[in-house]
Amino acid sequence: MQTIDELLGDIDVFRGLADDHLDLIAGCAQNRTFTAGDRLLTENEQANTFYAIRHGTVALETFVPQRGAVTMETLHGGDVLGWSWLFPPYRTMFDARALGVVRAIAFDGACLRGKCDEDPQLGYVLMKRFAEVMVERLQATRLRLLDVYGQVPGR
Amino acid sequence: MVPVSYRVARRRRETHDSWTLELEPAGDAAAEPFAPGQFAMLYAFGKGEVPISVSALPLVHTIRAVGVVSAALCDARKGDVLGVRGPFGTAWPVEAAEGADVVVLTGGIGLAPLRPVVHHLLANRERYGRVVVLYGGRSPEELLYTAELERWRGRFDVEVHVAVDQAAAGWHGRVGVVTTLVPRADFDPAHTVAMICGPEVMMRFAVAALQERGVPAEAIFVSLERSMKCAIRLCGHCQLGPEFICHDGPVFPWDRVEPLLRVREL
Repeated sequence: MQTIDELLGDIDVFRGLADDHLDLIAGCAQNRTFTAGDRLLTENEQANTFYAIRHGTVALETFVPQRGAVTMETLHGGDVLGWSWLFPPYRTMFDARALGVVRAIAFDGACLRGKCDEDPQLGYVLMKRFAEVMVERLQATRLRLLDVYGQVPGR
Repeated sequence: MVPVSYRVARRRRETHDSWTLELEPAGDAAAEPFAPGQFAMLYAFGKGEVPISVSALPLVHTIRAVGVVSAALCDARKGDVLGVRGPFGTAWPVEAAEGADVVVLTGGIGLAPLRPVVHHLLANRERYGRVVVLYGGRSPEELLYTAELERWRGRFDVEVHVAVDQAAAGWHGRVGVVTTLVPRADFDPAHTVAMICGPEVMMRFAVAALQERGVPAEAIFVSLERSMKCAIRLCGHCQLGPEFICHDGPVFPWDRVEPLLRVREL
């Protein structure tokens, strides 16, 4: 059975980190399994936890009156879910729901924040990695905002 | 060039604004055989002509109702007669791609011009390496050929991934932009031929994602769309710099058109 340290090495955001940093991060992590419909995050709650998805699909949702839950994005094996734990006021923005069996590594955000404060090098490395994820998601969101499939070419 | 009369043999609704028409010659005359990627000028009598790519062989077209003529074509019933001129334009490089992995990357109605490519790849599966189909749509309701996508996905020798921009809670597929499918698709970038069709801005980002994986520019092909009127390289409506999309395209190697697409005035 793989240890948490070994599992972390398979997640993009942690790939290539120094062993001592992986040890520190693993100290705030535990394995979790969810089944279809389980909530991993709930909107407007204290953002104490974030996840590295190992397997399965998670829908990032928000509730829209008269429309119900709308899926804004799905996240999959290798993706990181949640960054509200990084910044005050540490509150989740969206719901995250398992669409089937999801195996994930859950991280205690407060624990990891504390370790980052104690070890600024770890904090810098992690912040850079999360910034990359955020930029990727921002760019993908911008592209979707163009609504390219709704455009009608000149005829 | 005079249109040849074709009869609508079958029509099927694909989405709220898109229909597929299967055409057969109405008389003895027939158009020359089409190749995947080529297009016909379809004539709705009394309305006008529009360029529509072939979406299956011998002559099937999927049409999105976006104007007077395309709406009239979508309204055509079984037995109605349409005019067909063609085939026109360049084809997808399905033979040149033999031996390589093939990535078919498409969005929206762009799956229609690439559908005959997928048919060809699957009918001649042993001639190709890995076959990957990446398809993006606005919503689950606006995906084309969903039954066929399921059949392709059910095969063990083709990788099919679909992403939609937005979905209600009942959708269990991927929600996200189609280009996010590229990093995790299983293909060998150095030995891949990629064929892309969709909105131009989508193709630009799709090319960037493929190049980031290491697919060389000369192995990437795109299908361009411009206003086409004559389809025989005369009127100039579809010109992109020196290229006539109707004649020199619509399928181009990316490295040939990329410098032209960067010129905003074109």
